[in-house]
Amino acid sequence: LDYQHVQVPFEITLWIMLASLAKIGFHLYSKLPSVVPESCLLIFVGLIMGGIIYGLNDKSPPVMDSDIFFLYLLPPIVLDAGYFMPSRPFFENIGTILLYAVVGTIWNVFGIGFSLYGICQVRAFHLQDVSLLHNLLFGSLIAAVDPVAVLAVFEEIHVNEKLHILVFGESLLNDAVTVVLYKLFRSFCEMPAIKTVDVFAGVGKFFVVGIGGVLVGLTFGMTAAFTTRFTKDIRVIEPLFVFLYSYLSYLTAEMFHLSGIVAIIACAMGMKRYVEANISLKSHTTVKYFMKMWSSVSDTLIFIFLGVSTIGENHEWNWPYICFTLIFCLIWRALGVLVLTFFVNRFHVNTVTSKDQFIIAYGGLRGAICFSLVFLLPDFHRKKLFIAATTVVILFTVFVQGMTIRPLVDLLHVKRKRESAPTVGEQIHIRFLDHLLAGIEDISGHWGQYYWKDKLEYLNSKYLQKILLREYDQPKSSIVLLYEKLERKHAIELAEAGQLGHAPSHPSLLCSGFLCSNSDRTVITDKKSEDTLNPDVLENIQEILARNLYRIRRTGPAYSRHRLPGETEPTEQAKEILILQRRSL
Amino acid sequence: RPSVSHSQITRLYSRFTSLDKGENGTLSREDFQRIPELAINPLGDRIINAFFPEGEDQVNFRGFMRTLAHFRPIEDNEKSKDQNGPEPLNSRSNKLHFAFRLYDLDKDDKISRDELLQVLRMMVGVNISDEQLGSIADRTIQEADQDGDSAISFAEFVKVLEKVDVEQKMSIRFLH
Repeated sequence: LDYQHVQVPFEITLWIMLASLAKIGFHLYSKLPSVVPESCLLIFVGLIMGGIIYGLNDKSPPVMDSDIFFLYLLPPIVLDAGYFMPSRPFFENIGTILLYAVVGTIWNVFGIGFSLYGICQVRAFHLQDVSLLHNLLFGSLIAAVDPVAVLAVFEEIHVNEKLHILVFGESLLNDAVTVVLYKLFRSFCEMPAIKTVDVFAGVGKFFVVGIGGVLVGLTFGMTAAFTTRFTKDIRVIEPLFVFLYSYLSYLTAEMFHLSGIVAIIACAMGMKRYVEANISLKSHTTVKYFMKMWSSVSDTLIFIFLGVSTIGENHEWNWPYICFTLIFCLIWRALGVLVLTFFVNRFHVNTVTSKDQFIIAYGGLRGAICFSLVFLLPDFHRKKLFIAATTVVILFTVFVQGMTIRPLVDLLHVKRKRESAPTVGEQIHIRFLDHLLAGIEDISGHWGQYYWKDKLEYLNSKYLQKILLREYDQPKSSIVLLYEKLERKHAIELAEAGQLGHAPSHPSLLCSGFLCSNSDRTVITDKKSEDTLNPDVLENIQEILARNLYRIRRTGPAYSRHRLPGETEPTEQAKEILILQRRSL
Repeated sequence: RPSVSHSQITRLYSRFTSLDKGENGTLSREDFQRIPELAINPLGDRIINAFFPEGEDQVNFRGFMRTLAHFRPIEDNEKSKDQNGPEPLNSRSNKLHFAFRLYDLDKDDKISRDELLQVLRMMVGVNISDEQLGSIADRTIQEADQDGDSAISFAEFVKVLEKVDVEQKMSIRFLH
């Protein structure tokens, strides 16, 4: 038995297998994922595994190595997020996102750091030796909202597109701030004396980290696009370039101490458009599937390892500190969101409602990034305290906040319902007005940043397209392109499914309810002349309308972790509308 | 005429010129159809038509602005002043009138059952049969109709929407 020979790859494969089997397990029992988010279940599995390992070996199970996390597990998830990020809503809301990510995180870091320092002054807690710097360092790693956890939980609750992109974008971009503050405070800890010039250097460093990350990402993105221009004869390895260049951008940024996450996002968003035009349809599908697969695996592994690493002797349980950390995290996040939203709503058109604010504040989940950062701390005598506090905060946010956010959202929904249900006419007219307004907004180009978008489009058409695209024909108008693309996809799908007639994919409503059963046909014509407002008829109509009225643009996220982009609801709706319009011409 | 600020006019003008690919100072229907989001808006064609005056195929900047002026938010200080002057384009009544005109194609100041059916067909998916749609249309008219003519007049239309915050719903805040 030559176990040593194969040990490392064998164990890795076993872990991945465990993760995937766990995933299958959850979905077998279909009611479970709706009550408990997947991330909780995975952590739970991890806890069990950790317990088993601890029981067997009688020592702490292997802690998730920070290098493994940052170098292997995190990039696929961020790449997936960046590649499939719907760029229009992202850039529409970029101001708000940046505000929450940068200012919000700084607010949280200093707020938590200083309040915890205040707690440490209380003699009864035996915490005097935790200095201000240590508290600030701890604050910097615990304040950051984690994209993995946020994504995992927001999959379950269906919030509107704008809210989704706000929280999601914030969780991605606050990495730059976290990286800078964390490294800054850590270097301060090691320096004997701190001068003001160091503080200013820190501030400057933040800009360097963020902007540098974007530049690195864009460089690699453009190079990737350029490379795919020449891959016509070697279609088989086309998808590889997408992954190689993105990963390189991440590693390069990390090498220069810039923000790797920002770099990989910039790379993915920059290259997407050109790469998709250059590579074949099959390569495109491959890229999509592989990205989703890798990010799924990473995601699952991270949560399991989180569970495993929790068990063990790494913790110092100083309950006052831990409880106050938790309380301050919640309070400062809520305060931060309130204050920032106040400013945002004054200068922006798309107001963030109070229900949105609650979801943003409550959805600030911490996850594996905090966990890895705390293990990276230099060894000092209070490190275990921080580890314990981090673990508790993460478990609390993922379990408690993750599980309760959905019922709370539903509760808020219910509370906002009107006293009387809207009449049929109202419903129709309201939706009519919504579509009208969406159209007028599109015409007036009213999304802010319009000026920059136009400039970018100009730059694109004049220079970038010629260099980066393989076939640069006459630019067709965008509606023709969009229509062609959707028509082609639809035709391919129909051909693949073996049906060329237009068959509705939704379960037929033709025979549901009062309105269409044969025996009641005569009853319908009779009822038409009556004046009574029969509640049964009303309910059926309401139901039918609710299910079938086309949605306006802004509802429902176009990005979903577990579904491929072409299969989300808004695209289906767009296809239908275009086809209907073509038929009516 | 409601005052539109200078920066708003400049913004709209730059949008107008960017849409005007032919660079002749007017927009045609094709210029509008080039906006991709309008293609997948169920009411896209009707909205585009609303910009063009009766029987014409081109709209100049003045007409463009005039149509968009309906969607200015109602400022608080405008509500009280100028009771004697002409009603501003962005009043609640005029906003509703704009929407009403999108329904009422034959311009007889009534939304007939057919016109309602046409709009409904545009707004719902492919899974609703004609009969169901007919029932929905009948129901809508039945709820709103007060003078018994089986059509929705403008006054009845306004009454249906009295609980809806039309001023907020039908406004876009242009940039400051």
